[in-house]
Amino acid sequence: MARAVTNRRKALNTLIAWSIGLLIFFPILWTILTSFKTEAQAINDPPLFLFFDWTLENYAVVQERSDYMRFLWNSVIIAGGSTVMGIIIAVPAAWSMAFVPSKRTKDILLWMLSTKMLPAVGVLYPIYLLFIELGLLDTRVGLTIVLMLINLPIIVWMLYTYFKEIPGEILEAARMDGAALKEEILYILTPMAVPGIASTLLLNIILAWNEAFWTLNLTAAKAAPLTAFIASYSSPEGLFYAKLSAASTMAIAPILILGWFSQKQLVRGLTFGAVK
Amino acid sequence: MAFHTRALLGACAVAALCAPATAETLTIATVNNGDMIRMQGLTQDFTDKTGHTVEWVTLEENVLRQRVTQDIAAKGGQFDIMTIGMYETPIWGKQDWLVALDDLPDSYDTDDILPAMRGGLSVDGTLYAAPFYGESSMIMYRTDLMEKAGLEMPDAPTWEFVADAARKMTDKDNEIYGICLRGKAGWGENMAFLTATGNSFGARWFDEDWKPQFDTPQWKETLSFYIDLLNEAGPPGASTNGFNENLSLFQQGKCGMWIDATVAASFVTNPDDSTVADKVGFALAPDTGLGKRGNWLWAWALAIPAGTQKEAAAKQFIEWATSKEYLDLVASREGWANVPPGTRTSLYENPEYAKIPFAKMTLDSINSADPTNPTVDPVPYIGVQFVAIPEFAGIATQVGQEFSAALAGQQTVDEALAKAQTLTAEEMEAAGY
Repeated sequence: MARAVTNRRKALNTLIAWSIGLLIFFPILWTILTSFKTEAQAINDPPLFLFFDWTLENYAVVQERSDYMRFLWNSVIIAGGSTVMGIIIAVPAAWSMAFVPSKRTKDILLWMLSTKMLPAVGVLYPIYLLFIELGLLDTRVGLTIVLMLINLPIIVWMLYTYFKEIPGEILEAARMDGAALKEEILYILTPMAVPGIASTLLLNIILAWNEAFWTLNLTAAKAAPLTAFIASYSSPEGLFYAKLSAASTMAIAPILILGWFSQKQLVRGLTFGAVK
Repeated sequence: MAFHTRALLGACAVAALCAPATAETLTIATVNNGDMIRMQGLTQDFTDKTGHTVEWVTLEENVLRQRVTQDIAAKGGQFDIMTIGMYETPIWGKQDWLVALDDLPDSYDTDDILPAMRGGLSVDGTLYAAPFYGESSMIMYRTDLMEKAGLEMPDAPTWEFVADAARKMTDKDNEIYGICLRGKAGWGENMAFLTATGNSFGARWFDEDWKPQFDTPQWKETLSFYIDLLNEAGPPGASTNGFNENLSLFQQGKCGMWIDATVAASFVTNPDDSTVADKVGFALAPDTGLGKRGNWLWAWALAIPAGTQKEAAAKQFIEWATSKEYLDLVASREGWANVPPGTRTSLYENPEYAKIPFAKMTLDSINSADPTNPTVDPVPYIGVQFVAIPEFAGIATQVGQEFSAALAGQQTVDEALAKAQTLTAEEMEAAGY
């Protein structure tokens, strides 16, 4: 009897979880569906869900008009580069905050987070002028550095939280066995924090991949990533929703697939240390 | 030895004279609309003729405006050519941010550019941007619904006729609304329409001393008329409708009339996208008998930012893209209906182009708009549906939000106008007017 109730509850929970999941995913699903419609079908009233003449025409048009691979490559380099660079800087920073905290550690953590409280547009002009001076406008290096700096507080905070869960005694034991600082971080701490580092890595790749303010403002033709690719299909005078949807689908597909394959790692990392 | 040296120098000189000019790569910022996309597809013709290649940066209109403003103000030098509008050109030209286009060759035939377009893109008679395509606004209406209502649309109707027709065409039970107009807040959205409409009611933004005029009866009449008309004969949620939303409604057969950009004519008559393609008629924007019609004037134009290292190549591109030959090129590849409209007199003298159903109405609409004398009373500014001063975009967007809120029923016409008057006066005072 008790088992039957449990099963019913399980079914109910599953249903609720699926409903919420579908609700959140629906806009993306709708974008994907619209990308297979004609422009006339895309604005049809009532909206067409599944029963329409599926077409790949929009993808062909987008492929013909834009150099998708160049945008994709820029996205990969900028998102991947900024995340890796961020992790390299953040691991030692988080280590020192977690294992050798000073009186000011909490203040520093809060100060780092406070940089996220200013709207990005507030520092657009100074950064734009700096980029002109340094010759970094429309370069992948410039954008990688900016995105790394923007995401660094989140990376440090996440790693700090994971490192706090690792008993300091283990590192102490390693030190007693003669491990130097570099070895302690590389061979003892990092392997134990792999789930945490992996989820930080994934989350930051997603954040950098979708970043649309700096990537639109600091690039022109050469370093423009997929966010600029999507923006180029938005039109205030003309209904090109199907083509815009095709461009959006092509832009989100790589990150969606990456997220799908790494979801276990992502969830494990995000809930790491949540239940003791 | 001396002979060899002389021979070598001579050979170098000949080689230098014979070598083609350096091939450049031009970076061009542009918007995503049909004519611009077509131009991107035809760029190979330019490369074949000049050897220069082109890299396109296509952005959404508002993003483009912000990006090019930022780049030109900070002298970022990211673009060799920018697609800008009639609003920016006089402001930036006056500040020497743009290269003057006063040395174009005779073969380009600058005098062939429509006078209204040339006037709007010049400062003190000097052209600062070459029009790529021009537009005005006009009435697009359903001929079948007009006939059903027992009315006949004149070529140049009054607002009274339009309002009467809109009410008679409305059949809310069948989701047919007599008139669709812009309601979404923004200086280029509802304020473009309302500023142009205000001109036909004798309203103006500023008097000759730059004093805001929203407290005048002309503005009250304009706004009351617009809101009453949309409430009675407009679609639900009109306060959030812009160009695309109204285009979608019209193409689905839900609008009796739509007053908007002339460029929409090619969309609503395209049978691939529009369910009413064969039932669309055109008329001039309405008036109230005061001598001014409610139509605007706009051009997307190509300009060269001052300081570019590739000025000569950039000028060659502008000559190519805005030439008569380019219009012929588009016509030969994609037909006359797809030629960028509204820029050259010779296009409208072409008998082939005259066969396009909306060609004459577009030209008449453009010719009836006067950016230097936009409304009934004299004004200190240039611009039909805008005021060509840097402060305008910010002020008009705020005023647009007040008017949109009034349309949504969140405040009265009097409240919206009072707020518009106060905020405009404050902003203008802060700007030193």
